[in-house]
Amino acid sequence: MNIPETLRYARTHEWVSEPEGGVVTVGVSDFAQDQLGDVVFVELPSVGQTVAAEDAVAVVESVKTASDIYAPVSGTITEVNDALEQAPEAINEAPYQAGWLFRIEATDSAEREGLLDAAAYRAACEEES
Amino acid sequence: MAESDFPLIFERSRSGRRGVRPPQVDGPPVEGLLGEGALRQAPLRLPEVSELDLVRHYTGLAQRQFSIDANVYPLGSCTMKYNPKVHEEAAALFADVHPEQDPESAQGVLELLFELKQGLAEITGMDEISLQPAAGAHGELTGILMIRAYHQARGEDRQRRVVIVPDAAHGTNPATAGMVGYNVVEVPTGADGEVDLSAFRAALGADTAAVMLTNPSTVGIFESRILEIAEAAHEVGAQLYYDGANLNAIVGKARPGDMGFDVVHLNLHKTFTTPHGGGGPGTGPVGVKAHLAPYLPVPLLRRDDAGYRFFDDRPDSIGRMRSWYGNVGNLVRAYAYLRSLGTAGLADVAEMAVLNANYLRVLMRDEGFASAYERTCMHEFVARPPDGMRTFDVAKALLDEGMHPMTVYFPLNVKEAMMVEPTETESLETLDAYAAALGTILRRARAEPGWLEGAPRTTPVRRLDEVGAARRPLLRWTPPD
Amino acid sequence: MRYTPHTDGDVQRALDTIGVDSVDELFESVPASLLDPPIELPAPLDETQLLDQLRRLAAKDDTLSPSFLGGGVRRHFLPTVTRHLAMQPAFVTAYTPYQPEVSQGVLQATFEYQTVMSELTGLPVSNASMYDGASAAAEAALLAMRATGRDRIVVSRGVHPHARQVLSTYLRPLAARIDVLDLDDLVTPLPDELDAAAALIVQNPNYLGRVEQLDGFAEAAQQAGALFVAVADPLSLALLRTPGEAGADVAVGDGQTLGNPLQFGGPHFGFMVVTERLQRQLPGRLVGQTVDADGRRGFVLTLQAREQHIRRGKAKSNICSNHQLAALMATINVAALGPQGLREMAEGTVRNAHALAARLAEGGYPVLNDGPFFAEVPMRVSRDPREVRRDLHRAGVRAGLPIGAEYGLGHAILLSATELTREVEVDALLVALAQVGERPREATRG
Repeated sequence: MNIPETLRYARTHEWVSEPEGGVVTVGVSDFAQDQLGDVVFVELPSVGQTVAAEDAVAVVESVKTASDIYAPVSGTITEVNDALEQAPEAINEAPYQAGWLFRIEATDSAEREGLLDAAAYRAACEEES
Repeated sequence: MAESDFPLIFERSRSGRRGVRPPQVDGPPVEGLLGEGALRQAPLRLPEVSELDLVRHYTGLAQRQFSIDANVYPLGSCTMKYNPKVHEEAAALFADVHPEQDPESAQGVLELLFELKQGLAEITGMDEISLQPAAGAHGELTGILMIRAYHQARGEDRQRRVVIVPDAAHGTNPATAGMVGYNVVEVPTGADGEVDLSAFRAALGADTAAVMLTNPSTVGIFESRILEIAEAAHEVGAQLYYDGANLNAIVGKARPGDMGFDVVHLNLHKTFTTPHGGGGPGTGPVGVKAHLAPYLPVPLLRRDDAGYRFFDDRPDSIGRMRSWYGNVGNLVRAYAYLRSLGTAGLADVAEMAVLNANYLRVLMRDEGFASAYERTCMHEFVARPPDGMRTFDVAKALLDEGMHPMTVYFPLNVKEAMMVEPTETESLETLDAYAAALGTILRRARAEPGWLEGAPRTTPVRRLDEVGAARRPLLRWTPPD
Repeated sequence: MRYTPHTDGDVQRALDTIGVDSVDELFESVPASLLDPPIELPAPLDETQLLDQLRRLAAKDDTLSPSFLGGGVRRHFLPTVTRHLAMQPAFVTAYTPYQPEVSQGVLQATFEYQTVMSELTGLPVSNASMYDGASAAAEAALLAMRATGRDRIVVSRGVHPHARQVLSTYLRPLAARIDVLDLDDLVTPLPDELDAAAALIVQNPNYLGRVEQLDGFAEAAQQAGALFVAVADPLSLALLRTPGEAGADVAVGDGQTLGNPLQFGGPHFGFMVVTERLQRQLPGRLVGQTVDADGRRGFVLTLQAREQHIRRGKAKSNICSNHQLAALMATINVAALGPQGLREMAEGTVRNAHALAARLAEGGYPVLNDGPFFAEVPMRVSRDPREVRRDLHRAGVRAGLPIGAEYGLGHAILLSATELTREVEVDALLVALAQVGERPREATRG
């Protein structure tokens, strides 16, 4: 189970990058993509959309399921990964790189600190399995 | 392009070939009658085949299709019982009546529909019936819209925004509630397979518009505390909705109206054996208690001195749910069934359905597929494969045995669920063979690692790439340029 | 009993296996107060008695006299081979194709249906059918509301009254606004404004039979950020300008004229066809092409994550079933007739409808045929059209579909003709009209 140290994680399996100029990148973890199975489609939020932490902002579909993705921090959506429309499998193949979902200009940097670090997230995943 | 052993009708097409010729009507060119600008310019790339090619094609497709007539089809909550052939004769007798004929000229079909309504009201213990809804889900929408109208009339619609469903509910229940703008609250199913009564009571409140229940539940267990459930719901002013998907377990033996339900829908394509047709048409009549009757869809069929007619003048009606009156072709079939069985015949249906289900449950348990709820079931039960074996793979192996799998991965509250409903028209020998096939599959899967995952092998196609189909959807044939 | 195979021995064997003493024991979880209620139904009939009863009822229906009834549902030529092939037991008694390996028959036939509807309407993506044209129109409005985030629907009065009524029923709980565009000279005018509209819905041919020009609607909708929804008669599309050519985003309609028997109004089927960009908004089932483990082409239900069994409360619609068998019959019918046969039927319909209107006009009857029409034409009558219809029936003709007061035509009826209409039938209609007191030639004088 790949769980990069530099990222933070929500209990709902989203990862959050370190902020760059106040903007964080969000995706789903390796654990999540494995649980989801082959991703066939992603419904992404709109650029400019305001989101609050824990809002359901995206949906990841596999053949047999549709899973809500929750904003890990509050802010405004600045970018979405359009490449996923043609290649949703990037979420399975490279969940932390090409499989990123969207970027948020975060309003409160403390929120990211309140998320799980890699060790805590690993423990949480093991509990769930 | 992938290799295929069965062409599309478009691929059998040859330019200029004719099939059936319609009556020829001489007259002026239509461009003159309609104006050039009204006409289509785009080519019409439809198949051009001879009548024999047509027959070979669709006969061939029928041969690539599983059906009740071919073999056992124990899909849970689908009630795949035998479709009597005399019903086809029945339907043919009423195929040519136009819905806008003067009622005087349609008293036969109207009388039939009226008698059907009365029979369904008797069977369900409800006061009035609408035959309009085209499917179970459509009946659900009708019922929830009526409940909303009822609350609105009492000035309580704004406060009542919640519909309660069990976590084992069929997806149409929450989807219907969502379509009408309600929020859905799920209550857990207990270890005994019945709705957790205390969780249910806790969820009820002044904000509850409706409770949607199936009885027996989707796990095949009768909600033995239904009278308490009904009382609790009514105490907070909520309405109780009956999803009739599982009526086959109790038809002729118990009535949702007596249990306290305010509105019910029936699935005539389940309980009343109107044909499933490969996915439809269904038919989902609704029944209501008198307090909801004003809200029934228009038009409503009544009888007066002039005979049978449809009435539009119903000011509190929720409106029309579909064009015309209902899926009459199938309503005729249901009528034929009703007249063939009578009360005793219907009770026998339920008794033998429940007998067959329990018989198969025990057989499957003995073959290693234990029931999720070790107790007497009603007309269906939920079983599971042994640990480590996937329901998906077992289903595919059953296909190689020439039998249809049970419903898989439903209900959602049981992992690796196999929902089995043999129905009352299957013989014990068929059920013996089904259980034996499962036993054979289990033993071979254990003896030969990897064998199970390669099933099916003898069907017209093998496992299909559903991921590819969803990632890059190809939803029509396109002519080569 | 009737269809249950159990002998007494079977029942005993089953009870022994289960480990109970009686069938009653299996119903112990049902409270005693609920069991075995006094259900009163007529005594069961055997097959002979049943058929006698049904024939007795059927004899009370008139299905033979000349018919000029339309209203979107018409008697067209339906070849025997079509019905024979569609009603094969494998298609009739099959379930939804959830196990695709043994359901290639239904799945491929549905893929062919989707292709047929796409060809007819000129739009790329069709679903696997819906209940009827009316509910399909309502679902199209819901789709437009989802796609635009708006809640106002502008719909022409030329759209079938049933479709508008169902639209109203479906939209009422959502506090959506429906504005009806009145007809001008029996056709739909360009709307003055479409502010904050989710959709503009126009029907062609419209309910009064008139062929609409369809120019300008797509542009007006697009400029306002709304979807243009075209309601179509699928048989007419063998001849008339398609929704695709008119720039529609969505095409819906009722499939009965493409090859379903009348059946007193159903079951028929509804169709919905959309542009590429709307495909994931489509309600209902979809069949897609794929390959199997051996590289063979095959078909599966796809994009199921839109549907109720996966999205549950967040599904695009609660729709679960489609009208598979009715859609199948229409698909087979299209293949039986081919594009030329369909075109001939459409042309024959137009010719006979115009010939009917011409003969009525010659007879001095007030037919409202000032513009092009497809299969149906309105005509004024002297009194309540429902009484006219009843009297015409008594005079041996099925005609006189009442046009609602909402159209502002006074007392009026819709008359319809198809490629099956014969001259002797029109003769009979004229005789009957005179017989029931419709004599406008005299009435218009003085």
